[in-house]
Amino acid sequence: MIKEIGQYLLIIFQAFKKPDKGRVFRKQLLIDFQALGVSSIGLVAFISLFTGGIIALQTAYNIDNPLVPMWLIGYTTKQMMILEFSPTIISLILVGKVGSSIASEIGTMRVTQQIDALEVMGINPANYLILPKITAAMIYNPILIVFSMGVGLFGGWFAVVITGQVTSVAFVDGLQSFWDPFSITYALIKTVVFAFILASVAGYKGFTVQGGSVEVGKASTQAVVISSVLIIIFDLLLTQMLLT
Amino acid sequence: MIEVKNISKSFEGQEILKNISTTFEKGKTNLIIGQSGSGKTVLMKCCIGLLDVDEGEITFDGRPFSTLKGKNQKSVRKEMGVLFQGGALFDSYTVEENVMFPLNMFTNNSLEEKRERVNEVLRHVNLENVNSKYPAEISGGMIKRVAIARAIALNPKYLFCDEPNSGLDPKTAEVIDELISELTEKFQMTTVINTHDMNSVLQIGQKIAYLYKGQLWWEGDHQGILETTNEELNDFVFSTELTRRLKHR
Repeated sequence: MIKEIGQYLLIIFQAFKKPDKGRVFRKQLLIDFQALGVSSIGLVAFISLFTGGIIALQTAYNIDNPLVPMWLIGYTTKQMMILEFSPTIISLILVGKVGSSIASEIGTMRVTQQIDALEVMGINPANYLILPKITAAMIYNPILIVFSMGVGLFGGWFAVVITGQVTSVAFVDGLQSFWDPFSITYALIKTVVFAFILASVAGYKGFTVQGGSVEVGKASTQAVVISSVLIIIFDLLLTQMLLT
Repeated sequence: MIEVKNISKSFEGQEILKNISTTFEKGKTNLIIGQSGSGKTVLMKCCIGLLDVDEGEITFDGRPFSTLKGKNQKSVRKEMGVLFQGGALFDSYTVEENVMFPLNMFTNNSLEEKRERVNEVLRHVNLENVNSKYPAEISGGMIKRVAIARAIALNPKYLFCDEPNSGLDPKTAEVIDELISELTEKFQMTTVINTHDMNSVLQIGQKIAYLYKGQLWWEGDHQGILETTNEELNDFVFSTELTRRLKHR
């Protein structure tokens, strides 16, 4: 375990060196924006829309006391989406989609000697392959998460208004109640940390694959499991540090 | 010229290379041959810097590559072209992007100049009209030729080829052999080929190093191999009925 952490730190240290060519790095970054970010919009939108609706409906179902104001449905949906669902659950979903893709892509490059080819050309392969992915994830994931928040809240509004659980005015009133801008800052700080974990762990697992296709599959699974566990642990730590 | 001086390499206590010394000469196709597990891949990996040697030194025209670090080592690497066993082309790049890759990384040429160079090296390896194809869309022989084109794009002084004929039919293998041999002579490169293809040994082996159980067992050329009395080498080279007939002809 200690050896693995040491190896991870060494590779990430290598990855964070100055890129050999800025132009090539920027091109690679754009490719990774597309591969890791833009291609995830549909999935994030779908999950956020339905989950926002489910949260709002479940909240409405649990409020059966006439003394509890109905705007609480909008307020609860907002708090759940912004504080936890969008930054954490969407990050966990992205670990499954993007993390496994990074690990298997880099792992396949390792077992087919593409990384060796980079190395013998005198190129720092960790820097060339991992840094653009970490950078892309740390820039693009917050955009995805803010998008998820918006779509989730729309999903919540749509679900409860169309089913007649609450009026549109009451739901929007709830969204606007007790607005604390720091909750967005908190969500974005978590997202950036989770994005770093996701891309760096997946990059590391792919980079250190030894063997063949079976090992690439294992590395991909390990990347998802380790990233998910770390995200949950860091979620607790960051919540303790930032909200209490 | 590449000089290998008394190098040794072990993995987990097992000695794979034992005090090997040899030279790979400029303008010649230098072959490393040996049975599986004899250490030829390890020797090549040491030569191209993918593995560090435990003892000894490897020099490239007098520069101690195996002990160089950082920028100095990088400057020698830029003079190397390597053809990997499976080609090691980047899957997500087209043929043109693959060949252009070292030009993008190490030159400041314009796109037009780079395209011109890409087409030039693709012509050298007898490939045309494949620029926009991806590695998955071309044959094994073409992959090897694109990999050679990428390896020579920066006019390397040293060309390393790891099992260039593996997975190819005999005719395509011969084409690849001839291509490497021609390019070596034309550009006066120091070419090192790691192979166990006996056709290559007998056709293009201008200098041959035979490794046996991690030791340099025999050195010579393709003519010398036909006349050798070295028992282990004979067992290895003339292991099939066809090659035995050739020796006794």
